Amino acid sequence: MSRRSDLYTQGLKLLLQQRSSCGLALRSSSALISNGSRDFNYSRQGRVPPTSDVSSRFKSHLRLGRFWNTQWPAVGQCHRAFSATSSSQSSASVEEKLKGPIDKILIANRGEIACRVIKTAKRLGIKTVAVYSDADRFSMHVKSADEAVHIGPAPASLSYLSAEKILAAARSTNAKAIHPGYGFLSENVHFAESCKKEGIRFIGPPSTAIHAMGDKSVSKKLMEAAGVAVVPGYHGDDQDIDLLQSEARRIGYPVLIKATQGGGGKGMRIVLEENEFLDCLSSAQREAMAAFGDSRVLIEKYLTRPRHIEVQIFGDMHGNVVHLFERDCSVQRRHQKIIEEAPAPGISEEFRQQIGQAAVNAAKAVGYESAGTVEFIVDTLTGKFYFMEMNTRLQVEHPITEMVTGQDLVEWQILVANGEPLPLQQDQLQISGHAFEARIYAENVPRGFLPAAGTLHHYNPPPVSSTVRVETGVGEGDSVSVYYDPMIAKLVAWGHDRSAALVKLHDCLSKFQIAGLPTNIPFLKALAKHPAFVAGEVGTHFIDQYREELLPSASNTGHESSRAAVSIHLDAKAARQAAAIAAVGMCLTSSLGLQVLKTGVEGWGGWNSGSGFRLNHSYSRLMTMEWKSDTLENSSVPIKLSTTYDRNANFTVEVQGEEPLRLTVTGQSPGDRCRDLRLDVDGQSTNVSLAQYFQNGINSVHLWQEDQHYHFTVPWLSFEREESDDEQGSDKSHREQTYSTTAIGSVTAPMAGRVVKVLVENGARVKKGEPLLVLEAMKMEHVVRAPVEGLVDGAHLVVGQQVNDNMVLLQIKERRQNLPDEDDDDSE
Amino acid sequence: MGRAVANRSISTASLLRRGYDRWKIEIARSAAWSSATDSLCRRKPLFDVRGVTNFTNSSSQKSCRGVLQPECDLQAATSGSIGFSHIKVTRTAGLKTDGRPSFNPSCAMRDDGFTGRQTERLRIGGTPTTQLRKHGAALRTVRNFVSLDYGMNVLKDSVDTQSQSFKTNLKAMEELLVELRQHVEKVRLGGGTKAVERHKSRNKFLPRERIDNLLDPGAPFLELSQLAGHELYDEPLPSGGIVTGIGPIHGRLCMLVANDPTVKGGTYYPITVKKHLRAQEIAAQNHLPCIYLVDSGGANLPRQAEVFPDRDHFGRIFFNQAQMSEAGIPQIALVLGSCTAGGAYVPAMADESVIVKGNGTIFLAGPPLVKAATGEVVSAEDLGGATLHCSVSGVSDYFANDEMHALATGRKIVRNLHHAGITKQAMVNSAEATVREPLYPPEGLRGIIPADRRQSYDIRSVIAHLVDGSEFDEFKKLYGPTLVTGFARINGQPVGIVGNNGILFTESALKGAHFIQLCAQRHIPLIFLQNITGFMVGSRAEASGIAKAGAKMVMAVACAKVPKITIVVGGSYGAGNYGMCGRAYSPNFLFLWPNARISVMGGAQAAGVLAQVESDKRKREGKVWNSDEEEAFKDKVVAAYEREGNPYYASARLWDDGIIDPADTRQVLSLCLSASTKTAPQVSSYGVFRM
Repeated sequence: MSRRSDLYTQGLKLLLQQRSSCGLALRSSSALISNGSRDFNYSRQGRVPPTSDVSSRFKSHLRLGRFWNTQWPAVGQCHRAFSATSSSQSSASVEEKLKGPIDKILIANRGEIACRVIKTAKRLGIKTVAVYSDADRFSMHVKSADEAVHIGPAPASLSYLSAEKILAAARSTNAKAIHPGYGFLSENVHFAESCKKEGIRFIGPPSTAIHAMGDKSVSKKLMEAAGVAVVPGYHGDDQDIDLLQSEARRIGYPVLIKATQGGGGKGMRIVLEENEFLDCLSSAQREAMAAFGDSRVLIEKYLTRPRHIEVQIFGDMHGNVVHLFERDCSVQRRHQKIIEEAPAPGISEEFRQQIGQAAVNAAKAVGYESAGTVEFIVDTLTGKFYFMEMNTRLQVEHPITEMVTGQDLVEWQILVANGEPLPLQQDQLQISGHAFEARIYAENVPRGFLPAAGTLHHYNPPPVSSTVRVETGVGEGDSVSVYYDPMIAKLVAWGHDRSAALVKLHDCLSKFQIAGLPTNIPFLKALAKHPAFVAGEVGTHFIDQYREELLPSASNTGHESSRAAVSIHLDAKAARQAAAIAAVGMCLTSSLGLQVLKTGVEGWGGWNSGSGFRLNHSYSRLMTMEWKSDTLENSSVPIKLSTTYDRNANFTVEVQGEEPLRLTVTGQSPGDRCRDLRLDVDGQSTNVSLAQYFQNGINSVHLWQEDQHYHFTVPWLSFEREESDDEQGSDKSHREQTYSTTAIGSVTAPMAGRVVKVLVENGARVKKGEPLLVLEAMKMEHVVRAPVEGLVDGAHLVVGQQVNDNMVLLQIKERRQNLPDEDDDDSE
Repeated sequence: MGRAVANRSISTASLLRRGYDRWKIEIARSAAWSSATDSLCRRKPLFDVRGVTNFTNSSSQKSCRGVLQPECDLQAATSGSIGFSHIKVTRTAGLKTDGRPSFNPSCAMRDDGFTGRQTERLRIGGTPTTQLRKHGAALRTVRNFVSLDYGMNVLKDSVDTQSQSFKTNLKAMEELLVELRQHVEKVRLGGGTKAVERHKSRNKFLPRERIDNLLDPGAPFLELSQLAGHELYDEPLPSGGIVTGIGPIHGRLCMLVANDPTVKGGTYYPITVKKHLRAQEIAAQNHLPCIYLVDSGGANLPRQAEVFPDRDHFGRIFFNQAQMSEAGIPQIALVLGSCTAGGAYVPAMADESVIVKGNGTIFLAGPPLVKAATGEVVSAEDLGGATLHCSVSGVSDYFANDEMHALATGRKIVRNLHHAGITKQAMVNSAEATVREPLYPPEGLRGIIPADRRQSYDIRSVIAHLVDGSEFDEFKKLYGPTLVTGFARINGQPVGIVGNNGILFTESALKGAHFIQLCAQRHIPLIFLQNITGFMVGSRAEASGIAKAGAKMVMAVACAKVPKITIVVGGSYGAGNYGMCGRAYSPNFLFLWPNARISVMGGAQAAGVLAQVESDKRKREGKVWNSDEEEAFKDKVVAAYEREGNPYYASARLWDDGIIDPADTRQVLSLCLSASTKTAPQVSSYGVFRM
């Protein structure tokens, strides 16, 4: 305890030196005092302080019912250490309000994390209040909460980031506590402070800890003082550009520029050489300013072969801090995690102890309470680990820790917020098995992981079990809006060991059916199957290192010999077979649709059977569809097929083309929603799922068969140009026009977003690859470049305008009649 | 229906009688249950007594494992407003179960012996059901234990598929079917490759392709008189140059009439006119909206005398259009090609019409005639093209860029028909929600009919292959056994079936008249299965008054105002044809099996009669007729009868609506029944029955 307070005062001193916010520090020290008085409360009530009773109950729980054998989350119900203490007292001062167990929580967040918190709260019998913006009026988190309060328009800054509105919502619903989730206000010092002032418990660490860890420069100094190793770098307040550049030179390239307030990869740049430094600096500062309202940056040594390992820690108000082991979050793209696992592969027990202890030390150094994560960067070459930052909130990837430890961290958070001691001590915690989390994003992988938005026309996650969790805040028919994070779901799979968990993960990814917008599922599947990943050779540069294998790009396919070209050919062959199956599926489901629709209209009789009955001959349907590759952009393979209805619901499908294909398919009774079918294909029986929807003038058909997914489009007849004035045009050319898509030379938006900068004007001559405008989506800037050389035409965009995915932004009139290569939409 | 049936409630007493002392009941709404018949294992009970609070006296949790369930609870459950019809009882005697239902999809009753759990699935008041046999799912039967209905009426499978005679019959029938399919395959090609190529080069589709695109995807299409015009004229006239049939568009059954321009330019031969009029007759009788896919050169000029002037000639088409439009039956024309002269009236008389740019033209006289008559030189498009008729003349209502556009527009028109032409409003829907297939596979029908036409067979074996669950409630089984009459269901629709099991005697005819009156009074559609050599002849028969008995049956058939469908499954000779609702008695539909024969009498009998007459004549003239000559004479008559009694001869002349594969009979019957029960039921009245 004495060491802890030493560290703490040291930290406070540092804080005082760094910042002029004396009031803050003073308030935190009063928190320390009140902490002591709570200890006194324990003894007065005759309750047993921290350990014995509660933890022994937990122990027995761990022994008897392993949590994965029961319905998740089925961690033993913690008994309430506190009974209602002060409800009888009439004077409801702020202090009084803060007493007593939490019986109603407002979740100041949205999406999956809001749903996640609601789940635990419901299990504990705690009432929940959701908040929602205009965009989330019908969202899952709103529906699943007991109450919901509208807090403003769609942009987060006006709703989920508005502390005022959220506190007002909490007041009006009499919520005793606020759970901030992650992102938004979760690491906002002022918000945590305001909660306390209002007499509402903030389920998270004390504001001092948030403040200390929120500022990376401060936190590093604190850590250095606490004896935790940090990466060499510059964390000073002096943001003079020359100084920054000289500091970068001192640290030695490559270096990393990061926003001081940042997180989640926003405002972060890697500088490989000195001549790139200034460009990167200004863009990082701009992004930091936009995201956090603070353009300050810090500079760090950039490790070339690092791993990202983080430790889940938990502290209570009684000074106890435990760690719940580590997670490996090395595999990242755009500096954002996409696949995480616990425990970290290939580390020794000793290393685990060390890193865990370091994390506990770090937490103790700031008087940490509630859930937190200490992130370390591990130099794989030396085996050393450095403190990077501490996230003072529940992390996105917390479920994997829950899976391997059998604990419900949200429940722990609530316990801690109630002032109870941690339910388990360090020696009672152990790792069991291995867990993976894959983050399923709406994003366009071939376009460099650009965020996407759209409607989930089909959403069918794998079945949840004791070893599989699907954390999501959306359902079928919901949309992923441009306003918030494009994460659709988190898939968590547990196995007895790493390879078992990985097999399970891959299986679940194959069964994860999403249609309507591009997702990273194919990429995640490739990742989970990659030999290096299977071998546990993870690192933060994993995706860059294996980019060729994970992301076959269109440019590769230009060469006949390349591996990608071969694979696309094989894929196309498989796709033709899949098209045949999809065709039968469409025939079967369309006839089912007939049955469902028409029972009321035509009543009985065989007319709605969809049997395709013809007198004394068979009925054939001709279909044309195009296969769209999951992994390659703008690659489509046209497929022509004819489906013949035989007697007894048999279908014969003939696929025309270079390699004709003939399949006999028998349909079996489909499931409830006309989309899960059991088909017998040439004597082999398989399960397939089908999704069909119409969007933006395109009919899409998705087929999931075994662990493959295929996307087809079916041409849609449009007869818009009725009574056409173009009398000269022959029918044929007219047909082509109705089917034609965007003309060559038009520049389309690579994603939905907001225009932040227009760099060219109409009539300007641009070279190929020249930046035209800058779009911002999901707080990331993307430069749209000229696909061809030519003259700019039809640019009417203004700064601040919202554009949709694939919207034509402007035209480039070509000087020469040569075809452009492919859309170049590199981001900065 | 659920409610009415469910009122015959399951009672506590009935459960106790069965030794149930503890039980759990789950109730499903009929629709849900029936929709789950395919996948019983996936089904969840919609309703569980435990969870129901609106039952009188029901104390939720207790009632589930209650030792004695008050009678009123179950009454409430079974006659409740939700209309249950399916109840599942799980016996939980002596078991402390968690109350979870144990579904066993594979059998009706499962007794786990010592565990004491017994599950039964009931259909209250219903008959034993054969679950829908579809997509190769195993046949499932469900037993009923509270009524007497079980098993009485299921026709036995009298057909031994392993027997030599079955195999011989099957072989003979399959030969006939091969011939039939060859003929059909030929007519499907239209008017020859050259004409088809020329047609397609103009961005036009063949009539059957047009129909496929117009209909709901995957929906059945009941084509009529496929083989009209077969060997009728010197030149081949595939399908009589016109394709007609019934199919659904947006779920609404329509009569489609599509000219085949690849056959003689789509011009109307006499048989073309007859087929067009027959399609209109069916449409008028059954209130089906008519869609004319027009692409025709009008009347066939060389045969104008057989096409133009008479009552049932070309002009009748427009008369019918007017009459049907007056009756509220929508008339829609899609002009996909030329509509010259008289043909121009098809779109002009239609309620709504669509015309295709470029290909579609409507004019009373084409450019050559105009030039000859007035000297005006004008292109076809300017004279009567889409632009002119949609924007200037107003002859057409919708402009289509191409054929697909026209067909899409046609579908939209049908979607907007609302209730036009529908007269049946609030008739009791007597159809069963669950459709049960016959117990015996339809292909079995191919082997029933003896290859030797003189051999007799039991018509009940045909019925067994046609009706739901092979259940046939026979009427007056022991009286007049040469005519089989009884009630059954086809695809859920109740029907009365009249089938021949030999020569008609006086008793058989009286029984037939009785049964037809029964069905007419109850508005039950009639199905005639014709295999008749005629009424009995001879002094005894005449003395019994067979003429007036036959007259009664004919009177009943003629006056019964219910949908009538006739299938000629064998011979159709003499007055038997009348009594069994032949073509002259305007059945809604009449189909032939490939083995059918239609004539006034058998060829041999006719030859005998004629030879007798001839020989008498020669005798009077004092001429000698040696036996060789007599045989040659007889052979000639027999050959003529054989040729003219042939189903193709009949079908070519539209004496029927088509020749069908016996295995398709059930399918065709159910489509026809469905198409012909869209009109309001009518009251039948009769003329003077000679007593």
